[in-house]
Amino acid sequence: MEFAASVIFGLTALFAIAWVLRASARSSLSGNARSLANDIPLTAAFGLLVIAIYAIVAISAPAIAPFPEREIVGGQFQAWSGAHPLGTDRIGRDMLSRLIYGARNTVGIAFATTTLAFVVGAILGIWAALTGGWLDQVLSRFVDALMAIPALIFSLLLLTIFGTSVLSLILVIAAVDATRVFRLARAVAQGVVVMDYIEAAKLRGEGAWFLIRREILPNSMAPLVAEFGLRFCFVFLAISSLSFLGLGIKPPTADWGSMVRDNATLITFGDVTPLLPAGCIALLTVAVNFVVDWQLHRASGLKG
Amino acid sequence: MTRDVLLKIEGLRIEGRSGDTWTEIVKGIDLTLHKGEVLGLIGESGAGKSTVGLAAMGFARDGCRITGGTIDFDGLDLRRSSEGALRDLRGARIAYVAQSAAASFNPAHKLIDQYCEAPVTHGVMPREEAEKDAIDLYRRMQLPDPDGIGFRYPHQVSGGQLQRAMTAMAMSCRPDLIIFDEPTTALDVTTQIEVLAAIRDIVRQFDTAAIYITHDLAVVAQAADRIKVLLRGEEVEEAETRAMLDAPREAYTKSLWAVRTFARPEQPAATGKPILSVSNVTAAYGTVNVLEDVSFDIHAGRTVAVVGESGSGKSTAARVITGLLPPKKGQVLFQGESLPPALKGRTRDQLRQVQMIYQMADTALNPKLRLRELIGRPAQMYLGLRGKALETRVRDLLDLIELDPDTYIDRLPGELSGGQKQRIGIARALAAEPKLIICDEVTSALDQIVQEGILKLLTRLQTEFGLAYMFITHDLATVRAIADDVVVMQQGRVIEKGTKIEMFAPPHEPYTELLLSSVPEMDPDWLTRLLARRAAPITHGAD
Amino acid sequence: MSNVIRMILVRISLGIGLLFIVSLVIFSATELLPGDLATQLLGQSATPETVAALRAQLGLNDPAPLRYWNWLTGALTGDFGIALSNGRPISDLIGTRLGNTVFLALYAAALSVPISLVLGILAALWRNSFFDRIANAGALTAISFPEFFVAYILVLWLAQTGIFPSMVRINPTTDFGDRLYMTFLPALTLTLVVTAHMMRMTRAAIINLMASPYIEMARLKGLSPLRIVLRHALPNALAPIINVIALNLAYLITGVVVVEVVFVYPGLGQLMVDAVSNRDIAVVQAVALIFAAAYVALNLIADVLSTITNPRLMHRR
Repeated sequence: MEFAASVIFGLTALFAIAWVLRASARSSLSGNARSLANDIPLTAAFGLLVIAIYAIVAISAPAIAPFPEREIVGGQFQAWSGAHPLGTDRIGRDMLSRLIYGARNTVGIAFATTTLAFVVGAILGIWAALTGGWLDQVLSRFVDALMAIPALIFSLLLLTIFGTSVLSLILVIAAVDATRVFRLARAVAQGVVVMDYIEAAKLRGEGAWFLIRREILPNSMAPLVAEFGLRFCFVFLAISSLSFLGLGIKPPTADWGSMVRDNATLITFGDVTPLLPAGCIALLTVAVNFVVDWQLHRASGLKG
Repeated sequence: MTRDVLLKIEGLRIEGRSGDTWTEIVKGIDLTLHKGEVLGLIGESGAGKSTVGLAAMGFARDGCRITGGTIDFDGLDLRRSSEGALRDLRGARIAYVAQSAAASFNPAHKLIDQYCEAPVTHGVMPREEAEKDAIDLYRRMQLPDPDGIGFRYPHQVSGGQLQRAMTAMAMSCRPDLIIFDEPTTALDVTTQIEVLAAIRDIVRQFDTAAIYITHDLAVVAQAADRIKVLLRGEEVEEAETRAMLDAPREAYTKSLWAVRTFARPEQPAATGKPILSVSNVTAAYGTVNVLEDVSFDIHAGRTVAVVGESGSGKSTAARVITGLLPPKKGQVLFQGESLPPALKGRTRDQLRQVQMIYQMADTALNPKLRLRELIGRPAQMYLGLRGKALETRVRDLLDLIELDPDTYIDRLPGELSGGQKQRIGIARALAAEPKLIICDEVTSALDQIVQEGILKLLTRLQTEFGLAYMFITHDLATVRAIADDVVVMQQGRVIEKGTKIEMFAPPHEPYTELLLSSVPEMDPDWLTRLLARRAAPITHGAD
Repeated sequence: MSNVIRMILVRISLGIGLLFIVSLVIFSATELLPGDLATQLLGQSATPETVAALRAQLGLNDPAPLRYWNWLTGALTGDFGIALSNGRPISDLIGTRLGNTVFLALYAAALSVPISLVLGILAALWRNSFFDRIANAGALTAISFPEFFVAYILVLWLAQTGIFPSMVRINPTTDFGDRLYMTFLPALTLTLVVTAHMMRMTRAAIINLMASPYIEMARLKGLSPLRIVLRHALPNALAPIINVIALNLAYLITGVVVVEVVFVYPGLGQLMVDAVSNRDIAVVQAVALIFAAAYVALNLIADVLSTITNPRLMHRR
């Protein structure tokens, strides 16, 4: 209960800081940035703050962490203490340090995977929408067939074939998610391609690359950015789940999903420590979702 | 003969929400309506006319709220009535006819079920009686197959018929007042007549009061006893229909039919070779032919208006000329030479010669590009202008379309008004220095006063640069104002073609006659005369 | 009517075709597998003779199309071949586990579908109210939690106190009541995650619907809110709601994998995870085919049902 209270206290404090930052942004900024600050709901401000904190922790992990990532520095399953604020893990590595490095590994891998999936999926999707015809048909039907297999199941199948190294993990998840990105990017681009200004550009004699770069992409950015956030959440959860299942990132690399798996036995004794990495995953996903929700809201122009 | 007051609105104020802020969209409107009287409420988009119409039912859409004034309906204060009391009123004593009948009928239920709903719910009559009544009203509304049409679903019935079925539905409880919200705006001219006539008759037969909302003065003149003109939430003037048509007091009211008085000076008949010829073109989407053996010529410095209703193939003709839709048969000749059928086969110079301006300036301009690039791109591509020379050219073009270069050159399309956007579309076409500009319904999405400005600009540019225009439109008033030659199309075929003078003087082809006579005139007796004339020799089928 | 029947038949044959392609994708996984299956099965120390014998026994010398045909026809009759890791028939491994997984999924569906529909519809009707905001924030949070996080929170909270067991020990003889009790925590975990998704989608579908002009028309006819919802919104809401339900039941398929591992539940998900760790491709293929078939079937049913409930398709011009 004491722990639950401190979690609630911590979240409340984050919300309070977000509120203060938003208030100061509203009073100090001007122009476009100001109207953005006026528009932002508290949940999204909270989300941005959390994302910023994660980014700082990930970048400066070696400077912040009290102990190295992989070194055994104490006994097994030590309790929380001054030396080890969050205790030690199954083989005596410092829990806090591994949590901090986890921000770098887990989030970094998820980010790289999402980016890869996005570049491939978005380019192919927009290209298919613009070109139409048989290219669009072939790509779309192929993606339809792949999407008829649930994502996690398909990932498991591919991981069986290519083994469970970090590289194959990134490639497999990116491939599976690229199909989803393809479908969205194609739908968004199809909405843009029917616009008269695209026809005007075609009549002018513009090439495909100009059309994508100057006409379609700038007008598809809003939904694509929101989709990037959503995709990141899916990828992040998928990688964490696979790691939790022992099929993703593996020790000694510090990773939140596998840290839960490694120390899960403690939960049966009522110890919350193994839940901390899971909480880290949840907090970041909530934060990203809050920001995405706000962006989707802005894009649709709806209040509700 | 003044009858009892039915509806009295005083000092009505309504706010609309955009984001977190509320702005006033109706700013103190007064309105009085007597029993059995028809009031026309007219204004351009954003005048607040629909909002006022709904307020007469004590209703505000989501995102709107009534903030001031009184609404008194037959002794009842609608602003203070409970939701329950308002429900008893709506549908029973005040009914509503929406602009889009196709969207306003529930797709899941048969027409007659939706008809019977109000009378049964309000306890006016039992279901069997309501069904008989529905068939009777369908007959009075001159719907085809009145006994059977009610048992169809909305998507099985055409737009004009649905609009009449919706009027019948509004009449189901014999209300004291019906609000007509742009009931004919979405319809073709020939269909509009039938709906308009049916609405006028039924309202007179049952002595129902009505508020008729529209942006078209000529349409409302046929039905309304009085007309009230609104502009940005405020009243401009109100008068008896005839008085307003004969002598409008306010400058704004006069401007509302400005386009109808604007006329280009007549040009001498065409001589020499045409600049563009469409020669025996047949074109199809898939296997369905949408153009059938179409031929016409366009001469330099002249305007050819291509006229027809939706589905006539007039926009498809433009797609064939520009190369977006290669024809199945026939060809397009530019200055006597055959153009490659597909866009990809054409040279850059061939592309440059024919430019296009679109109906919806909103979708025709990339919202993420600044005017500098929007207008500059064709000059850069076709004429190889760069740097300083390009900048000068863009500024000259902005001057030509009467926009101040210093103010506008770095703006985005979203920061412009509808008329300004259309001017940018014109500047972009001019930037290519073309011989022919295809104008696809370029004025039909604009308010009347803005239309006039665009037409004047196009005329000025034509004389200045010797441009040829292909002017695609369904609006015969615009044709009268700007065309030299006219091509009438119906269902993919050219019905008639000739100079404007020939076209507007009888004798006509029957379809041209129907089209010409269907354009509402600024005369309250026009519809009556027309119907009398049509009733005599020929009868027209349903739409 | 015959139009609709034809349309449904077309959809079903398309679904079967899709399943066929999916099976092809899953089968071609073996082709991509590096190394020889028989060698992998027997270990590096096996003699060439035994490897050759096993290859013949497994039919590995046959051309790929023939092997695919044998695999597919086998799968259709419930024979998935033998597991590479322990040589047991895969159908034995799947046997009771398939039933257990279906039980868990149905259990979670029975809990989540009614809850989420009610919550979603209420949130849409009371749009922007306090209830709506809380429900939305709650749903967004639940969506953001990894399944194992939800599962362990429940374990910490409900199993620590001894109310529910944290590990599911069931066998074919366990009676229905015990089963419901033992499986409560995994089912609740799935319910929480799926409900959040389903509620949000239901809400969006209803809000979209309530903005239609025909709903405004119904209000302007003076109909009561109840009648508007029941008679005007509901018939048109069926198709979107059916799709939401199908999408989320399909999502359960993915969800069970993680949840089964957390609660040591003897189901297909657990089997699949073990098989992936052992790189037992034959088992992975078999389970993947079952999951994919369920997924395709769910989407197909949703498709057919929304065709039937769409008046525009039911009553053609």
